[in-house]
Amino acid sequence: MSLLEIRNLHVSVDGNEILKGIDLTVNAGEVHSIMGPNGSGKSTLAQVLARRDAYHVTEGSILLEGKDLLEMKPEEAACEGLFLAFQYPVEIPGIGNTYFLRSALNAQRRHRGQDEMDAMDFLPLFREKLKLLEMDDKLMNRSLNEGFSGGEKKRNEILQMAVLEPKLAILDETDSGLDIDALRIVAAGVNSLRSPERAMLVVTHYQRLLNYIVPDFVHVLVDGRIVRSGGKELALELEEKGYGWTEHDTRQPVGARA
Amino acid sequence: MATVEQLETWLENFTEFTKTAVGQKLPWLRQLREDAFARFCETGFPTTRDEDWRFTNVAAIARTQFRPASAAKLTDLVSWRIEGVAAQLVFVNGRFARELSDLDRLPKGVTVASLREQIESHPQEVETHLGRYADTGRDPFCALNTAFIGDGAYVHVARGVVVDAPIYLLYLSTKEDAPTMTHPRNLIVAEDESQVAVIEDYASLGGESVVFSNAVTELIAGESTVAQHYLIEREHLKAFNVQTLRIQQGRSANVASHSVLLGGGLVRNNVHPVLAGEGGECLINGLFMGTGRQHLDNYMHVEHAAPHCGSRQFYNGILDGHAHGVFHGRIVVHKAAQKTDAKQTNRNLLLSDDAQIDTKPQLEIYADDVKCTHGATIGQIEENALFYLQSRGISELEARKLLLMAFAEECVDRMHSTVAREHIARLVSQHLLFTEGIAPRESSGRVLERIVEEVG
Repeated sequence: MSLLEIRNLHVSVDGNEILKGIDLTVNAGEVHSIMGPNGSGKSTLAQVLARRDAYHVTEGSILLEGKDLLEMKPEEAACEGLFLAFQYPVEIPGIGNTYFLRSALNAQRRHRGQDEMDAMDFLPLFREKLKLLEMDDKLMNRSLNEGFSGGEKKRNEILQMAVLEPKLAILDETDSGLDIDALRIVAAGVNSLRSPERAMLVVTHYQRLLNYIVPDFVHVLVDGRIVRSGGKELALELEEKGYGWTEHDTRQPVGARA
Repeated sequence: MATVEQLETWLENFTEFTKTAVGQKLPWLRQLREDAFARFCETGFPTTRDEDWRFTNVAAIARTQFRPASAAKLTDLVSWRIEGVAAQLVFVNGRFARELSDLDRLPKGVTVASLREQIESHPQEVETHLGRYADTGRDPFCALNTAFIGDGAYVHVARGVVVDAPIYLLYLSTKEDAPTMTHPRNLIVAEDESQVAVIEDYASLGGESVVFSNAVTELIAGESTVAQHYLIEREHLKAFNVQTLRIQQGRSANVASHSVLLGGGLVRNNVHPVLAGEGGECLINGLFMGTGRQHLDNYMHVEHAAPHCGSRQFYNGILDGHAHGVFHGRIVVHKAAQKTDAKQTNRNLLLSDDAQIDTKPQLEIYADDVKCTHGATIGQIEENALFYLQSRGISELEARKLLLMAFAEECVDRMHSTVAREHIARLVSQHLLFTEGIAPRESSGRVLERIVEEVG
């Protein structure tokens, strides 16, 4: 059974069709990259997977380990092992970073029938992951993302991912706005989480991130359709020729694995 | 306005009251009561045509025939104690209940008594301040309270004395067959360079009946004092509660007023500090959380009367159901009050389509070198924030609770006294747990059941 199976997915926002029939299969252990120009539907796909209710699925299906993802609320999807690293992480004054993350972890543990972690058990785990992301633990005493720089917010997303250890991680433009040092740190954090049990869907506009997080498969999304799929070399081709090149091509979307 | 019939009832009440009222033989006190009653008869209750009462209709109070609350004996009040206070005074239906109170651990230099006892034993000390500051001319409720001065708390802190722990005043009203009223009157005097914190907590006991608590507190903060006042309103939904806190600040006095309105059907919370000495600082902080058909009105009247004073107003409102909140923030800067720095912020969350907030700044500035700013926001629970929390596995209900608690804690965190802050934080989180609006709409019934189980 595949980890994620998207079939003929059509999605509308405010009556406009954004995704026009997506087919995508992701297996455990694989890293897939979704590339595409602005407005192609990349972020919509990421948000739909995380179960944001502003997006209306008009046709098609999504299965997460064989379970109907479209029946799940965002928190249920999270508890089933799905994680979205936000393109724009939200600042929430008054909720402490550490408290929030432990609450989230415990909500997921409860869902899986595991014991909750108290603050004493949580702290060593948390410290270890902070180190991985080279983050200052002073940040963690502050409110969730409040007053964080763009790079700090993105690192915080990966920190959360490292603590929550999802089965399927979706990274939505995690590279945007990062300087090269931050990009390396974030990528190293992501790479440390690659494992045979875990899959990743890396959504990006630029090829740059893929130098650091090398995908197994690349899909090009244009105007709500996957117009090309291939290996990592496809990203380089795109970088060279631009997205314009794909638009002439292909009415025939190709699955990651036929 | 008051009809002749209404006035007759009040006159009857007043005549009856003065027959046995404490200190009625003291000419100054008798005069104080009579003048105040005459003033009330002149004005009657305010109407919404009165600018200060535009958003709050008190007709329900005006047309109800209230009788003085009767004496009630209570025994077991252990669950109402808070740990770590310097003293606890309990008032049952407006009367001081010595047997339920604890006055044994007060530090030297601090006098805490019931106002009735203090009038009997040391009338001249009471006379120095009582009724000197509360504005009976402008506010009919204040006049009414003054006419019916009978009991309340008397707190006096001698010069230079620091009271670390707060003094806790608990006002309980019990269920009665007919509508009843109490007029608690508190006098808090902090002499120069002293430090004190007082908590006033209004609650109901034993079922709902129509009660009207009309309280006035005069807080006199001498030079270089540090004083904190906490108001908690958590009566049942049939209660009318009108609160007036009149603060008189001396030179370099640092005063904080914290109000937390959780209960009461119709509540008016007047906070009126006068910064009368140079270099004074005043923090006016509040949280109001309404649901059902609650009406919670906060009327701030901050008077800057001396140079180099600062005032900060922060009020957060959370309104659900058909609740109606009001924030009226009046700042008056007198001509002498140069270099005033006054700031006012009112933030509101509306959790339902039928909840309503009226927020109104009112700046009157007669000095020319001042800084006054005000701002108000009205919003809903941020969908982005909710989704972000849910996307990490936190349930919608829990996420809403976290977000509302964070919003409420902005106010709670400004409270300096740990004992008061923790008491209030506990009340606020209990209150949040039972606010329907925080539950996901489509399944609120089911979810509330679950919460009740968890709590039980």
